[in-house]
Amino acid sequence: MRALLSGNEAIALGAWEAGVAVGCGYPGTPSTEILEALIGYPGLYTEWSVNEKVALEVGLGASIAGGRALVTMKHVGVNVAADPLFTSVYTGVNAGLVVVTADDPSMHSSQNEQDNRHYAVAAKLPMFEPSTPAEARLFTRWAFELSEQHDTPVFLRTTTRLSHSKGVVPEVDRTITPAKHPVGVDQNPPKYVMIPGHARVRRVEVEARLAELRRVVETHPANVVERRGGVGVITSGVPYSYVREVLPDASVLKLGIVHPLPEQLIRDFAASVETLYVVEELDPVIETQVRAWGLGCHGKDTFPAIGEFSPEVLRASLGLPQPGSVAAGDLEVPMRLPGLCAGCPHGHVFNVLRDRGLFVSGDIGCYSLGVLPPYRIMDTLVDMGASITMAHGMDIVLAQAGQTHGQRAHVSAVIGDSTFAHSGITGLLNAIWNKRDGLYVVLDNGTTAMTGAQENPLSGERMGHENSTHVDYVLLCRALGMPEQNVRIVDGNDTAAISAAVDELATLPGVKLLAAVGLCVMEAKELRKTGKLAEKKAWRELQLTAACRGVRTDA
Amino acid sequence: MPEPLKTDAAPHGADEPGRVFNVLMVGVGGQGIILASDILAEAAMLAGLDAKKSEVHGMSQRGGPVFSHVRFGAEVHSPVIGMGEADVLYSLERMELLRWAPWARPGATAIYADTDLPPGALTAYPPGLDDEIAARFGQVVRFDMRELRSRINPKAKNTVLLGAVSVLTPLPLDAYVRAITALVPAGTADANLAGFEVGRRIALAALGRDAEEAPHEPAAVAGQE
Repeated sequence: MRALLSGNEAIALGAWEAGVAVGCGYPGTPSTEILEALIGYPGLYTEWSVNEKVALEVGLGASIAGGRALVTMKHVGVNVAADPLFTSVYTGVNAGLVVVTADDPSMHSSQNEQDNRHYAVAAKLPMFEPSTPAEARLFTRWAFELSEQHDTPVFLRTTTRLSHSKGVVPEVDRTITPAKHPVGVDQNPPKYVMIPGHARVRRVEVEARLAELRRVVETHPANVVERRGGVGVITSGVPYSYVREVLPDASVLKLGIVHPLPEQLIRDFAASVETLYVVEELDPVIETQVRAWGLGCHGKDTFPAIGEFSPEVLRASLGLPQPGSVAAGDLEVPMRLPGLCAGCPHGHVFNVLRDRGLFVSGDIGCYSLGVLPPYRIMDTLVDMGASITMAHGMDIVLAQAGQTHGQRAHVSAVIGDSTFAHSGITGLLNAIWNKRDGLYVVLDNGTTAMTGAQENPLSGERMGHENSTHVDYVLLCRALGMPEQNVRIVDGNDTAAISAAVDELATLPGVKLLAAVGLCVMEAKELRKTGKLAEKKAWRELQLTAACRGVRTDA
Repeated sequence: MPEPLKTDAAPHGADEPGRVFNVLMVGVGGQGIILASDILAEAAMLAGLDAKKSEVHGMSQRGGPVFSHVRFGAEVHSPVIGMGEADVLYSLERMELLRWAPWARPGATAIYADTDLPPGALTAYPPGLDDEIAARFGQVVRFDMRELRSRINPKAKNTVLLGAVSVLTPLPLDAYVRAITALVPAGTADANLAGFEVGRRIALAALGRDAEEAPHEPAAVAGQE
């Protein structure tokens, strides 16, 4: 039967059909729904890992043990996972390993607009880029095949527009039993132990494999030539669909594999058309290679390098007329800015920090909305975990200059629970170990809220709402070297308690950690529907008491 | 900059068979836009057509504008509706309709709830929004939510307005009924189907049409699944 699936749902379908054994990743818009769809399929394991580096290593381990693995993350997550990524290209795989990078042109929900096709070039692994949900499903299967045929991890690149668009996917049959890769650890130290002596041998293998892949992509069915008129367009991904809308008569070379590029196919296509355009969102990755081969084309001289494309962007770039629209009126439509949900506990902490004039080093999550009215309390935001580490750096310099304030606590950090587990704990350890000063507030709502309420190590649940362990702030901080009085856990909805704790902690030297424990109102809405709200509430309240710490008794 | 290209592609073509029909559905987070657009796209697929829909999740959903593009026809390429290409603009909030007006083609139909949710510190909109909408759109179906409150389940507002969409689209009624039944939360199908029917009647009256006229059922639609 046909099904209407999003790009992300289609990737999950394709992975299941490819016999995937393990799906893991860290939530991040626009990638999150892939694993949320994958968990619905039988006969496989899914997990939210604590961060993308961990997820990729889990995936690589699964692959070496003979289980096909799908690892998902947003574009900036690949920065976190880059370390294992580059060397996994040297080790290669046993069972297929596919890494999804979900890029976000126009930064709908991201802090930068990096084009992760560069990672495929730099790390030397093949990258598929589908245009539609139907292709997303098919290319995921092809990516697993290519991974095993050529002993390499394979990238699958999606963008926000594909991940969150739905399209018709043909012949969906959820009753099949996908064939799995045989299980068994591939014990082969020269291939998997990357000491320099082994890595130098594998380094040569990487180039040989890339040369082979360059031959494969010349005839791979993901790369398609559509012959029409004398205007020729080389494109890939969702921009292909805009090309078909705006230039219905153009000949098109649609690249379903954007690294490595098929040189002969591109040369032949270029020779067969009168004018050649390269239509690609963000950086001139394809265009640069096409020009390096000495082929003339129009690319970023015509189309923007910033932001997502659309039919009107293409028309404007090409000087084509835009359709008219309903008459423009004089009425000014007021801006509708995003903001924290009504009843969100984060606002209480923001009010307390603002009242005390603290510098607030921020982090990635819903609470970044604290920079907007009515709170306006965030001063920096760069990447996952940077709230604590940047506050640490500021504290060093301010202390050097003698610019202290009370007990030097005028730099604070706010970080969500999922972000704290992702990469906040290493920063906390670093600050304690280096004997710094700072007030770090964990805005703990027990879920990864921004991406739609995924479980994390502060939820007491793992993926699939399965009861699990729960990080104990007091034991953690004590173990890292912090005195017990420097740790406070308060009710995130109790402004007086938050105020008192902040004021008390400000009088203490060293690193202080305040956990403001509350409940995400969006998650609460969902939990009410499934009848699980009371249990979660009770569990959150237990976090406030010394009696219940650490491992869930019913885990 | 190369020479401007020539193309025969009409920005929005005439009503030829199989042409792509565009419905832009907008509102504010939590109003049910995503579900309503899922139903519309599903109905188009069940009718045997190609269909695409597009929206954005994440930060913008925290109280920001929510939108969903729905396109269906013989073959749909772009998942987004270009500016000036929406045949129908559907809004669950009055000002949001005007925010997205540049996406509607001249003569497009506006379907909207007269609900006001002024953003930020704003407490009310300037008067005359209904007149502004009536002057700019070809046809208007306004839902008086105060009047409707006693007749519908307020949670079914999104499917009520979808009823109005259904009298304008070339999709069989049965496809809508099947899509609603399949996609609304368990136990709410009856309330949603009832709301859908209320929406159809209001739209037919507003557009001065008879119930027998709608919906169109082109022969090409049947039996393709």
